[in-house]
Amino acid sequence: MQGQTKPAVAEPGLMRMTLHVWRQKNRQSEGRMVTYTADQISPDMSFLEMLDVVNEELVAKGEEPIAFESDCREGICGSCGMMINGIAHGPKKETTACQLHMRSFRDGDEITIEPWRARAFPIIKDLVVDRSSFDRIIQAGGYITAPTGGAPDANAIPVPKPDADFAFEAAACIGCGACVAQCPNASAMLFTAAKVAHLAVLPQGQPERYARVARMVDQMEVELFGNCTNHGECSAVCPKGIPLDMIGLLNRDYRKARVTGDRRGDDTP
Amino acid sequence: MAVSVAPVARFYRTSVGKKAIMAVTGAIGVLFLIGHIWGNLHVFEGSEKFNSYAKFLRVVGAPVFASSQLLWLVRIVLLVSVVLHITCAVQLYQQSRAARSVQYRVHKNPGATWASRTMRIGGVIILLFIIIHLANLTWGWLHPSFVEGDVYHNVVALFSLWYVTLFYVISMLAVGFHLDHGVWSMFQTLGFRTSRNNIVLRGVALIFAVVFVIASCAVPVAVLVGIIS
Amino acid sequence: MTVEIAPRAPATGTELWNVSPDNSMLDAKDPGGPIESRWDRHKFEMKLVNPANKRRYTILVVGSGLAGASAAASLGELGYQVECFCFQDSPRRAHSIAAQGGINAAKNYRNDGDSVYRLFYDTVKGGDFRSREANVYRLAQVSVNIIDQCVAQGVPFAREYGGLLDNRSFGGAQVSRTFYARGQTGQQLLIGAYQALCRQIDLGNVRMFPRTEMLDLVVIDGAARGIVTRDLVTGEVSSHVGDAVVLASGGYGNVYFLSTNAKGSNVTAAWRAHKRGALMANPCFTQIHPTCIPVSGDYQSKLTLMSESLRNDGRIWVPVRAGDTRPPNQIPKEERDYYLERKYPSFGNLVPRDVASRNAKDVCDEGRGVGPGGLGVYLDFADAIKRLGKHTIAERYGNLFDMYQRITAENPYEVPMRIYPAIHYVMGGLWVDYELQSTIPGLFVLGEANYSDHGANRLGASALMQGLADGYFVIPYTIGNYLANMRAGAYDLGNVAFRETENEIAQRTQRLLAIKGDRTVDSFHRELGKLMWDDCGMARTDASLRRALARIPELRAEFWQNVNVPGDGAELNQSLERAGRVADFLELAELMCIDALHRTESCGAHFREESQTPDGEALRDDEHFSYVAAWEYTGVGNPPTLHKEPLEFEYVHPTQRSYK
Ligand SMILES: Cc1cc2nc3c(=O)[nH]c(=O)nc-3n(C[C@H](O)[C@H](O)[C@H](O)COP(=O)(O)OP(=O)(O)OC[C@H]3O[C@@H](n4cnc5c(N)ncnc54)[C@H](O)[C@@H]3O)c2cc1C
Ligand code: HEM
Ligand code: HEM
Ligand code: SF4
Ligand code: F3S
Ligand code: FES
Repeated sequence: MQGQTKPAVAEPGLMRMTLHVWRQKNRQSEGRMVTYTADQISPDMSFLEMLDVVNEELVAKGEEPIAFESDCREGICGSCGMMINGIAHGPKKETTACQLHMRSFRDGDEITIEPWRARAFPIIKDLVVDRSSFDRIIQAGGYITAPTGGAPDANAIPVPKPDADFAFEAAACIGCGACVAQCPNASAMLFTAAKVAHLAVLPQGQPERYARVARMVDQMEVELFGNCTNHGECSAVCPKGIPLDMIGLLNRDYRKARVTGDRRGDDTP
Repeated sequence: MAVSVAPVARFYRTSVGKKAIMAVTGAIGVLFLIGHIWGNLHVFEGSEKFNSYAKFLRVVGAPVFASSQLLWLVRIVLLVSVVLHITCAVQLYQQSRAARSVQYRVHKNPGATWASRTMRIGGVIILLFIIIHLANLTWGWLHPSFVEGDVYHNVVALFSLWYVTLFYVISMLAVGFHLDHGVWSMFQTLGFRTSRNNIVLRGVALIFAVVFVIASCAVPVAVLVGIIS
Repeated sequence: MTVEIAPRAPATGTELWNVSPDNSMLDAKDPGGPIESRWDRHKFEMKLVNPANKRRYTILVVGSGLAGASAAASLGELGYQVECFCFQDSPRRAHSIAAQGGINAAKNYRNDGDSVYRLFYDTVKGGDFRSREANVYRLAQVSVNIIDQCVAQGVPFAREYGGLLDNRSFGGAQVSRTFYARGQTGQQLLIGAYQALCRQIDLGNVRMFPRTEMLDLVVIDGAARGIVTRDLVTGEVSSHVGDAVVLASGGYGNVYFLSTNAKGSNVTAAWRAHKRGALMANPCFTQIHPTCIPVSGDYQSKLTLMSESLRNDGRIWVPVRAGDTRPPNQIPKEERDYYLERKYPSFGNLVPRDVASRNAKDVCDEGRGVGPGGLGVYLDFADAIKRLGKHTIAERYGNLFDMYQRITAENPYEVPMRIYPAIHYVMGGLWVDYELQSTIPGLFVLGEANYSDHGANRLGASALMQGLADGYFVIPYTIGNYLANMRAGAYDLGNVAFRETENEIAQRTQRLLAIKGDRTVDSFHRELGKLMWDDCGMARTDASLRRALARIPELRAEFWQNVNVPGDGAELNQSLERAGRVADFLELAELMCIDALHRTESCGAHFREESQTPDGEALRDDEHFSYVAAWEYTGVGNPPTLHKEPLEFEYVHPTQRSYK
């Protein structure tokens, strides 16, 4: 169980590993860990391609394949995600599970694969979880009210480059949920803060700035995420390397929204 | 000026609000500790100076404040802070525990520090320490030979016992760890930490924690080894 | 090699397809008049739905990519009741998220001579004269509004130090009109549209159905009235009724199995609509992207695109000698063939996508390809690093180099990258008129799903533009023109057509699950993909297409007898989802080959080896093929019926493309 943190070794030839995978039929049923052997694994395979190979064999044997999500397989859609040996998206920094390659592992490794675990992310099947709580956090206010058609010329309001760059850094979040999965408190702070920060530093985001953070934080609580105790594990596993600065910004804006009374745009009673 | 309490109540209801309260109350605690440890170091100046310092604490603020009034004010602030700090800590702990009902089989902690991961257990140790500490040096319940008003004696008599000094040193290490994460964390919680000042804040917190442990342990250790007697 | 092009295919091919009996030409409802004011005038002429009545109309939007999300949000804002569907767990994950390079707009912020007319001209020409002028002009016109809209939503486009928007030139364009957000333009635009959509969901104007797959279109009294869906978590099949249906379900490049598309991209929604009567236009027009990371093994599940911008500084070469297996840095300069620079001295490595792709295939066919399997060419930065320094190159392409290294474990600063073309985008799709309405009244098609504005070849950075143009600025107007003529809520779920369609879907699902044969879904998909790539890929011949047309029905028959779909239909079953999609690909593939076979000319990305200029470039046959081929479904395995929309070029006159 040590190999995965060691530097990548491109060994010639194929590898065999032992997988311990969480299998759970559906939301209601109880799950358990099941052990499989992944054979003939090329170091050039991605982690998900390795699972594809295991699944093809399972189907050939008449068993149900391991359910896991993926779509883009390029590290941008945020669909994929699983705990690989206790680290969200696996051992490689700023890398999603779909972009993790088997050369990060060694022949004979044991790999434990578990779904994201959080009450706000109920398991649907095997490694597939329901992350709609993230959508509801955005629905609660994670937007700028800009109805189609009424926008001024795009260059009418210059945005200082540092602000634009900071906004981009925050907006790079792919909504994968690794932050929640890794956080010892199952907190959604990094995700929520990234969105808050993205819109809070742009001039277009000012009118609703404080109402937005207030509503989004309230929704985060409703969804039963944990609280943030500033562990920083979220940022360490975030495939887009979203920094903890975003959480600091959320904290500041939330305080302003609720205490110092900067309640611009806040129409909540 | 009409101040609505509703926003504050809403603030308190969310984890972000509670956390801010922890940071503010923690900061009050930090200020107290700075003063308290600084005061304790007066022990090295001998019995008279130290006892008069203890007396000074009770009369300070006169004539605006009557005897011990300011002390009580500080005590109340401290008490309220500790109660708020602990209440928030407990409520947040419950919230996090509920947020992950099924635990991972394997869970590593990239990015986290040992200090951050021991905040809760460290807090409990500190709470126990405070109770025992008060019972020793303020109320005298556990003290072998408590003399009301002779703080110097109380200190020296107490720390002459090796197991008491050991207990204090261990407790101070716990407080040190709590502060190493806590002082840094406070800035993050209040929104003053950024990637740029992170190194500085980490350093400030670490140095503060180390200085605190050394300075606070100095008194009991000095008594035990006989520098103070 | 010159080949004479006679209109022989339509004559010899009639056993494979029919030409619509009355030979009626499709009416694109192009309003005509001066092209500059055509759209504005038409907007004025279209009927409006009374604001108070909008609430009574229900619109079903299938898809939440750039086209679908922007449409659903905008229609919700207008006051319609919208239901929006996607198969991913969140609308934010639609395939549009993967677009890297950028989005075009005729803002002329650079003062470099760009204009709406120039963007229009470039797009028509780039499409090799197989698109409809009126649509393309409108696209160029509203491109300007798209950028305004996105900036207002908070899309963090790249900016310059003065705070104004930055631009770059892209895909060989001679002006800088591409707006971008580092390598994540698609994600940032989609998040903008998604957030607008979220706002409408919160306001109750849009109901979102994620993890819900549309499996059929319900047509009643000749018009689209609803859809039948499967809930991917519970397996429940149910119906949704609406006054109009908007399909924005993306492209079908995954018919080739290996493509740059997201794994889930599929043709199901469009194909089922086709089977209900919507014509499918130019299905064989498939774009191949020249700079993708080559296949590394049989397990390969998809291909990864490397931004085209790499060609600005990288030099493409292969060894002069076939079978040269020396490592690249041991091959001396004289033994390298920088074939693009050699053949196209003025454009060099920056020739359009189709030209670059075809040339890479040619050198590999000659046995000069590099890397495992000989399917790759070098994209070498050594000279650029020498000239500009490693630092500059890292600044420009650092992210891409990292991505390449992550996937291949090779360091492109030291070893040349290996690249190979891959399927990337489909220009074909459901046929639509000027108002984006298909041949089924009430069925509108947006984004990559429609036979789009890109003709036979799409220019870089213009798919995002088209998706958002359709969703934000076209459909909100044109759907009103349709709805204004009809009574809201005229049909309800009680209609027997819904029950019947649901039953058909349930039966089909049962059938797939009951086979329990010996082969996995993926094995069929891979085989189909390989066959399509070999025979209907970068270069097509009469013989290759006929070969494919012989094999596809066999494969389809085997699929329905021997596929193994484990599990059951009453829960999340990813094999079942894939099986349904592959079943549709197996039908679509046949139509693509027929379309490619019937079009004996080469144009844009469609390269018929029989039709090339003396120096091997695509040779159009405007006399016989200046039309959109729109196919009507006549039953599985039956010859489809060809309808034609003639293309007339009033403004941009067809010329032979040349990049010498
Ligand atoms: C790697 C890559 C890079 C690209 N880069 C660029 C670029 O730089 N610039 C550019 O202009 N273009 C680029 N493109 C092309 C462009 O991204 C796409 O053409 C465009 O995003 C398509 O958008 P869309 O809204 O039409 O469809 P999509 O984004 O594909 O969305 C389809 C939607 O339909 C839904 N859907 C599909 N079928 C069903 C069904 N049966 N039931 C329910 N829902 C369904 C999906 O859930 C999804 O929400 C790129 C493409 C790729 C692959
Ligand atoms: C008087 C002594 C104490 C001091 C000076 C102190 C100080 C602090 C500080 C500064 C923080 C950081 C707040 C932040 O992250 O913003 C903190 C956090 C914490 N304290 Fe204390 N504390 C004290 C006592 C206690 C006690 C008695 C407990 C427990 C019963 C406790 C439990 C915690 C916990 C759990 C945290 C982490 C909370 C979080 O980060 O969300 N502390 N403390
Ligand atoms: C080893 C280090 C310490 C020493 C030597 C020490 C010593 C003392 C002494 C002598 C008193 C009595 C003062 C008086 O009655 O005038 C006292 C009181 C007190 N100490 Fe400490 N202390 C130490 C550490 C701490 C720490 C770490 C805390 C908090 C976490 C703390 C909290 C208190 C409190 C709350 C009182 C009561 C103050 C009052 O009278 O209101 N002490 N301490
Ligand atoms: S903040 Fe990072 S880890 Fe969290 S959802 Fe966004 S991208 Fe994933
Ligand atoms: S790991 Fe968790 S505690 Fe906060 S800093 Fe990250 S959310
Ligand atoms: S599959 Fe899209 S990020 Fe991994």
